[in-house]
Amino acid sequence: MEETITTRRKVLIGMTATVGAVGASFAAVPFIASWNPSAKAKAVGGPVRIDVSKMQIGQKIQVSWRKQPIFIIRHSKEALENLSKVESKLDDPNSLKIVEPYRDLNPSRSTSGEYTVVAGVCTHLGCAPKFYPEIQPQPWDDSWIGGFFCPCHGSMFDIVGRVFKGVPAPTNLKVPPHYFDGSILTIGEER
Amino acid sequence: MTQQSSGIFNWINTRLPISNTYERHLSKHPVPKKVNFWYLFGALASVVLIIQIISGIWLMFGYENTEEGAFASVEYIMRDIEYGWIIRYMHTTGASMFFAVVYLHMFRGLLYGSYHKPRELVWIFGMTIYLVMMAEGFLGYVLPYGQMSYWGAQVIISLFGAIPYIGESLELWVRGDYYISGATISRFFALHVVALPLILIALVFMHLVALHEVGAGNPDGVDIEKYLDEDGVPLDSVPFFPYKVLNALVAIGVFGIVFSFIMFFFPEGGGYMLELANFEEANPLSTPEHIAPVWYYSPYYAMLRAVPDKLGGLLVMAAAIAILFVVPWLDRSKAASIRYKGILSKIAMTMFIVSWLMLAWLGTVPVTALRTTLSIIGTVIYFAFFLLMPIYTSIEKTKPVPERL
Repeated sequence: MEETITTRRKVLIGMTATVGAVGASFAAVPFIASWNPSAKAKAVGGPVRIDVSKMQIGQKIQVSWRKQPIFIIRHSKEALENLSKVESKLDDPNSLKIVEPYRDLNPSRSTSGEYTVVAGVCTHLGCAPKFYPEIQPQPWDDSWIGGFFCPCHGSMFDIVGRVFKGVPAPTNLKVPPHYFDGSILTIGEER
Repeated sequence: MTQQSSGIFNWINTRLPISNTYERHLSKHPVPKKVNFWYLFGALASVVLIIQIISGIWLMFGYENTEEGAFASVEYIMRDIEYGWIIRYMHTTGASMFFAVVYLHMFRGLLYGSYHKPRELVWIFGMTIYLVMMAEGFLGYVLPYGQMSYWGAQVIISLFGAIPYIGESLELWVRGDYYISGATISRFFALHVVALPLILIALVFMHLVALHEVGAGNPDGVDIEKYLDEDGVPLDSVPFFPYKVLNALVAIGVFGIVFSFIMFFFPEGGGYMLELANFEEANPLSTPEHIAPVWYYSPYYAMLRAVPDKLGGLLVMAAAIAILFVVPWLDRSKAASIRYKGILSKIAMTMFIVSWLMLAWLGTVPVTALRTTLSIIGTVIYFAFFLLMPIYTSIEKTKPVPERL
């Protein structure tokens, strides 16, 4: 008799606790969901447009999309031809490790053969890498081939944002959704 | 104190155990009679906690937790509010001094084996306090929304992105926006001023309750509970009042001088306590040339940078803190104190100190190939100190620990 009462009590305690735990997890939903981006934050992140025809060959400009720096680089022919030569230094020259939106379209990784459009957000910890296009020895690399260097933790990328081997950044710089309409570049939207 | 002449006090005391608690935990609380200056930093830490709470409340009177207003409101506190500058510098100096005394307090623990049985829980509560303090310090640093607030937060929040599968959505969830915006600041503000301080105070309370249950340690690692007088009080102890109170008061006085000197003449600490880039408003489109954490995080930041892998770096950094929690079970030595431990422990301790200081320096300077190598060496020594501890503490020959203090 004593035995049954104890067992029954244990079962009842277990059931009550389970129901309570389920209730608590439902009650937690609003508290957790309130930390998601608000409707306002989502609305502000719309697409941006820019005319890139005025850019010089080899120039890099930066626009802001969702308060992220987006780098646009206009490459010279030679620079694009050199891209395949630096592949031995790269970790993932064909961007197989990430979702590459315009794979195999252009060596510049964008929908245009001349411009590169990448998010200037280091894939390591989110700093904005700096552009050092000159092919000359740099403090961080004696045989620098031109590209991006992240000042925070020393990650290196080539001029189209492909990551080097042996640096903290795990993947190539991300290519945001974009399209060219003549010389008008739209970032944040696909055609 | 059992029979009080004052009627009102007596009335309260029979309903609320004021005298009992006061005697048990303060006036008559037995503490080892022979300790050294290393045993003062716990008291100093509680003084800084009070300074932080008071100056923090006063900062809240002027601070505005919005993207547009945060930076300007800090300048408003600094320039327009009467004596606002002193309140703010008290809080920023307090943050650095909090870590300084807590690091010294923790080091005392390692040096004299304060985590040895039966003080394991005291150590674990202490380590949890340290962990919460690190979060608290980080959140507070973001609030002025300067360049270093922004980019420091960008780096730390991106660490969540290293977690497989859920990383990126977790990052977005923590920020509440696509960048570190007003949404991020206001939640960090709530956590910094309400949630974490409550947890911190609760943990300090538990740390002290656990400590008073097992009694304070001493630099010889002698168990004073072995020899008790007829009242059950350890023979090698003295009551907290007046012996330790007066000691602590002298320490607090000296500490106050150091604190004030820094607060008045050196509040930026050469850019290690308040970074110069943080006197510029946050700009999401431009990373400062050189991102370094404030000095108290720098050893762990150096470890993060030493690992050429995102997830690996995060794991190493987390492990460096996590391993501290299990020290009570890593140390197999019969002697608690370094005084009676063998030569291997002494060598290991020395290398640990050197590696920690080296990492602290490396975390504050820009990356070069040589410095990355040094960071790797420092990280390996840091972990070796803990991971090899079960081996070197059990094979070495310890000196006999005295019976009495």
